[in-house]
Amino acid sequence: MGISVEQVTKSFGSFRAVDNVNLEVDSGSLVALLGPSGSGKSTLLRLIAGLEQPDEGRIYLTGKDATYQQVQDRNIGFVFQHYALFKHMTVRQNIAFGLEIRKTRPAVIKERVERLLDLVQLQGLGNRYPGQLSGGQRQRVALARALAVEPQVLLLDEPFGALDAKVRKELRAWLRRLHEEVHVTTVFVTHDQEEAMEVADHIVVMNQGKVEQVGTPAEVYDHPASPFVMSFVGPVNVLPAASTLFRDTAPQGVSAQTSVFLRPHDILVETEAGEALTPARIERLLHLGSDVQLDLLLEDGQALTVHLPRDKFSELTLDDQEIIYVKPKAARAFPGAPGSASQMNGRPHAVVF
Amino acid sequence: MASNGKPELGRPQSRPQISWGKWLLIGLALAYLGIVVYIPTVNVFVQAFSQGVGPFLGNFANHEFVHAIKMTVLIAALAVPMNTIFGLCAAWIVARHQFRGRALLLTILDLPFSISPVVAGLMIILLYGRQGWFGPLLQGADIQIVFAYPGMVLATAFVAMPFVAREVIPVLEELGTDQEQAAHTLGANAWQTFWRVTLPGIRWGLLYGVVLTNARSMGEFGAVSAVSGNVAGKTQTLTLFVEEAYKQYQTQASYGAAVILAGLALVSLALKALLESKTHVPRRVQF
Repeated sequence: MGISVEQVTKSFGSFRAVDNVNLEVDSGSLVALLGPSGSGKSTLLRLIAGLEQPDEGRIYLTGKDATYQQVQDRNIGFVFQHYALFKHMTVRQNIAFGLEIRKTRPAVIKERVERLLDLVQLQGLGNRYPGQLSGGQRQRVALARALAVEPQVLLLDEPFGALDAKVRKELRAWLRRLHEEVHVTTVFVTHDQEEAMEVADHIVVMNQGKVEQVGTPAEVYDHPASPFVMSFVGPVNVLPAASTLFRDTAPQGVSAQTSVFLRPHDILVETEAGEALTPARIERLLHLGSDVQLDLLLEDGQALTVHLPRDKFSELTLDDQEIIYVKPKAARAFPGAPGSASQMNGRPHAVVF
Repeated sequence: MASNGKPELGRPQSRPQISWGKWLLIGLALAYLGIVVYIPTVNVFVQAFSQGVGPFLGNFANHEFVHAIKMTVLIAALAVPMNTIFGLCAAWIVARHQFRGRALLLTILDLPFSISPVVAGLMIILLYGRQGWFGPLLQGADIQIVFAYPGMVLATAFVAMPFVAREVIPVLEELGTDQEQAAHTLGANAWQTFWRVTLPGIRWGLLYGVVLTNARSMGEFGAVSAVSGNVAGKTQTLTLFVEEAYKQYQTQASYGAAVILAGLALVSLALKALLESKTHVPRRVQF
C-alpha cells in the first residue's frame, strides 16, 4: 500500500478542514484529490506530507506509521502551487538541494541532476535562476527537485493552478507520461475536474472535509455517488421531478420535489413533435468548439442546457427562438436526504432512468 | 465659484507656476541637505587637515587618541554581533508566529528609539552601580560593570538594539514560508533550512540592519557617556574623546577623531558593498 489514511481529522479553530477521512492509495498509482476550495483537499495532502499534524487518526506511508514523523524524515516529494523554488539558487542547485542534504557523493549528484534536467526537458537552462524562467519551466524545476531524492510518494498541491490554460494542458499530458516513466505513488490536488479526469487513474472527490466518492474517472462521471459529485464532476442540469420534461418518463418512487440531475449531452433533440417529447424554446446558441450549447426554456419556465455535437447541430439546422422537442436519454435522482445517500453503504441508491 | 468671475481652469498660468515651484522645491531640498549634512561634513575634514596631513597623523602618537579608537572598535565588535543574533531571533519569532503579547514585544523592541540614551545609561548605573540592585552581588563576585567595558557594551547594545529586528521583520514576512517548507520536504532540518534557505533570502535586510547597528554603536554618545565615567585612556570612546578634546581647546585633535569616526562608518559601508558583490545574484531574479 502506497499511502493509507485512517480516520484522520484536522480542525483549524472551529473549522473542520478534514473530517474523519479514510483513504487508501495503491503503490505506483496516480490519484487526484478533487474538490472545490475549502473542501479540505489541500489540507489532506499537507497532512500526508507532514506539513500539518492531524488532530486524530493515523497516516501510513508505504506500510509504515508516519503519523508523528517529521516532514524531513518522510522521504516525500512535494510540489507547491507557487513553485517555492529557492530564488537564490540556480536550477541545478535547486535540483541538487535534497541530495546535498543527504550528503550524496558529488559525482552522483552531478549525474542525477543532469538526468533530471533531461527528464523535465530543461537541458541548457541548468545555470539559470528561477526568476529567469517561465511559469511552466519553474514548475518543471520544482518537479525535478522533488523527484531528485527518489521519494516514496510524490505530492502535488494544485501544481498547474498558477499557469495559463495552454501550458496547463501541456504539463498535464507531460505529468501523465512522466508518471508512466517514474512510477512513483503520486497524489495531486486540483479543483479542475477536467484535469483530474485527464491525468489520474483514480479520483477522490472531496466536499466539506469528507470524501464523497473514490473511483476511476469513468466511475465518478457515469456513476456519481451523490448529488454533489454529480454536479461537481461535469456539467449538469438540475430540475424538479415534477418538471414537464419528465411527464412521460417519470421515475418510480421519486417524489415531485426531488431534484433530478441530467447531463447536457444526455438529451435528445428533435425538430418535430413526437412521443414523449417536450417542447422547448431556444433562448441562446453558444458555439463551444466541438459542441454547440443550447440554452432552452421549457413550457413550465425551467431552464435547460443541452450540448449537441457539431454534426448533429448542422443536421438539425437550428435557430434562435425556434421551438424544438426534447427528451431525456438518461437522468439520475438521489432520493433521501441530500448528500447522505452515498456515505452509508458505499453504493448509492440512486435511481437511474 | 464661477460667479466671482475667476476662470475655473487657470491653464495659461499653471505651466510656469509648476516649473517655478519645481525649482523652488529642488533648491529648498539642496539648501537643507547642504546646511544639515554637506557643509558640516566637509567642515570636519577641512578643520582636521587645516594644518596639513602632518599634525593629523601626529594624533596617532597620542596614547589617549589611539585608546579611544580601540575602545570604540572593541565595543562595536561585541555589541554588533550581540544585537545581530538577538535581532534575528526576535524577527523570526515576530514574523513567523502569532502569539499573545506580539504587539507588546514589538513595542518593547522600539523602546530604545523612544528612550533618551542618557536615561538608558542612568538605568544601567541604577541596576549595576554600587548602590544598584545588582551592585552588592557584583561587588561580592568582584565584577565591575559600570565605569568599565561591560557597562559600555550594555549601554551601546541597548541603544542599537532595534535596527536588525526592524529591518529583518518585513523581509521575513515578504519571503513567506513556502521555501522553508520546500526545504523541509527535501529533508532539511531547521538548522540546515535556516542557513541554506532563510538566511540567503533575508541577507540584504540583515546586512542593512547590521550596518545601521554598527553606525549607531560607533556613534553613540549619551548612554556611553553616562556609564563610562569618561576616563581618558581607559573608558573613553572616540565620541567622548571628540567632546573632551574640543572642550579643552584641542580643536585639531577633536576634528581628527571626528574624521576617524567618519572613516569607520565608510569602512562599514565598503564592507557592505563588498559582501553584496560577493554574493551577487542577477537583479532580475524577482518573482
